[in-house]
Amino acid sequence: MEVYLNTNDGAPLYRQIMQQIEAAIATGLLRPGEAMPPIRVLAQRLLINPNTVLRAYRELEASGLLKSRQGAGTVVSGEGSPLATNAKEALIRKQVHALTVMARNLNISGPRLHELIEEAYRPEHTTCREPGAHS
Amino acid sequence: MNTEHVIEVSGLSRRFGGTDALRNVDLQVPRGEVFGLVGSNGAGKTTLIKHILGLYRCQRGSVRVYGMDPVKTPEKVLARVGYLSEDRDLPLWMTVRELLGYTKAFYPGWDDAYAAELVHLFRLDPNARLQTLSRGQLAQTGLVAAIAYRPDLLILDEPSAGLDPVVRRDILAAIIRTVADEGRTVLFSSHLLDEVERVCDRIAMIQDGKMVMHGRLDALKEQHHHLILHNMNGHTSDLRFTGELTRERVGEETHIIVEGHREILEAECSGIQRAQWDLREPSLEEIFVAHTGRALWAMNAK
Repeated sequence: MEVYLNTNDGAPLYRQIMQQIEAAIATGLLRPGEAMPPIRVLAQRLLINPNTVLRAYRELEASGLLKSRQGAGTVVSGEGSPLATNAKEALIRKQVHALTVMARNLNISGPRLHELIEEAYRPEHTTCREPGAHS
Repeated sequence: MNTEHVIEVSGLSRRFGGTDALRNVDLQVPRGEVFGLVGSNGAGKTTLIKHILGLYRCQRGSVRVYGMDPVKTPEKVLARVGYLSEDRDLPLWMTVRELLGYTKAFYPGWDDAYAAELVHLFRLDPNARLQTLSRGQLAQTGLVAAIAYRPDLLILDEPSAGLDPVVRRDILAAIIRTVADEGRTVLFSSHLLDEVERVCDRIAMIQDGKMVMHGRLDALKEQHHHLILHNMNGHTSDLRFTGELTRERVGEETHIIVEGHREILEAECSGIQRAQWDLREPSLEEIFVAHTGRALWAMNAK
């Protein structure tokens, strides 16, 4: 896969890398078990600090999208479907986190947030989602 | 003893005539990281680097490199340091080969194969006299001389000033290769924030001899936010945000740079209609301007 970085975009470079790898896994461009480029190789290719690539890989490992194998480098985790459970959950977990932060700021209780989600999850409501909440 | 910090500068001040070149500067460079010194021309970057190399004696404060005083034991410090100066001050009467042979004589760790590989990579003619080289070729030659003995600490002062993009790429690649070698540290100064953002783990912003801000690059980026307020018909002037650094009106929009937690800022925005505000991540340039009130590119235009 190709990674494109933009330093005019405010997003930190490690996060730009993470987002592109997440998207590639979610869409099946990167398949479970596939080897990721070694850290040094990707750093040289993108002309960035190896620690930045390392950080992106580590965070993706923490969220279960990648795993590092002794001597075998870093590979895409998960089996079966191109959009593995881990990848799906990692994508949705971020949205849930943002949602809970917002709910807290707006003084909406946990149980109430649950109700709102239950309500929104019913099929007849799925058409009126906010932009950005797509799966 | 702190062996994790390759460079420790504390309370360093320096005056030239009546001008404060450095004012109470503290700096810690951790081992194995790329550290970027950011600031405009004349901000004090070169003066600071010359103290680290032991070329200037401290008037106030102290400088330690690998725990040693670079003025008292220059030979011990310089044996571990590769340095490329801003003006490249290379002996122009020598050929590329002579320069490398001369530099090699000072450093037992000189790696002939690595030097040859770099000369080949940069397409340098070993028999060319330095005075016949272009600016870019001189920078490349200086770089080979600075890194071919695989120094523990590589210091580059404005390595890409005045160079074309191809040579800048070579220099960035050399920095990346140097840190990819286990445990090596790089300190470099620059006013090109694009390259700083690409290669630095940590940065310090220096302005008029003072340290304006320093820290891990990704942490600094995550602590700053760019808030845009739309179409509020002048109702923005009474809105204040915690950690606000600068605000600027651009037509119907008000652009505000804020330092602090994103959650707090979002909570403060919750009283404003959702369609009327937007939160973005500022670029390093925007963060620099917010802290110094000046744009780097404007100050470097001559």
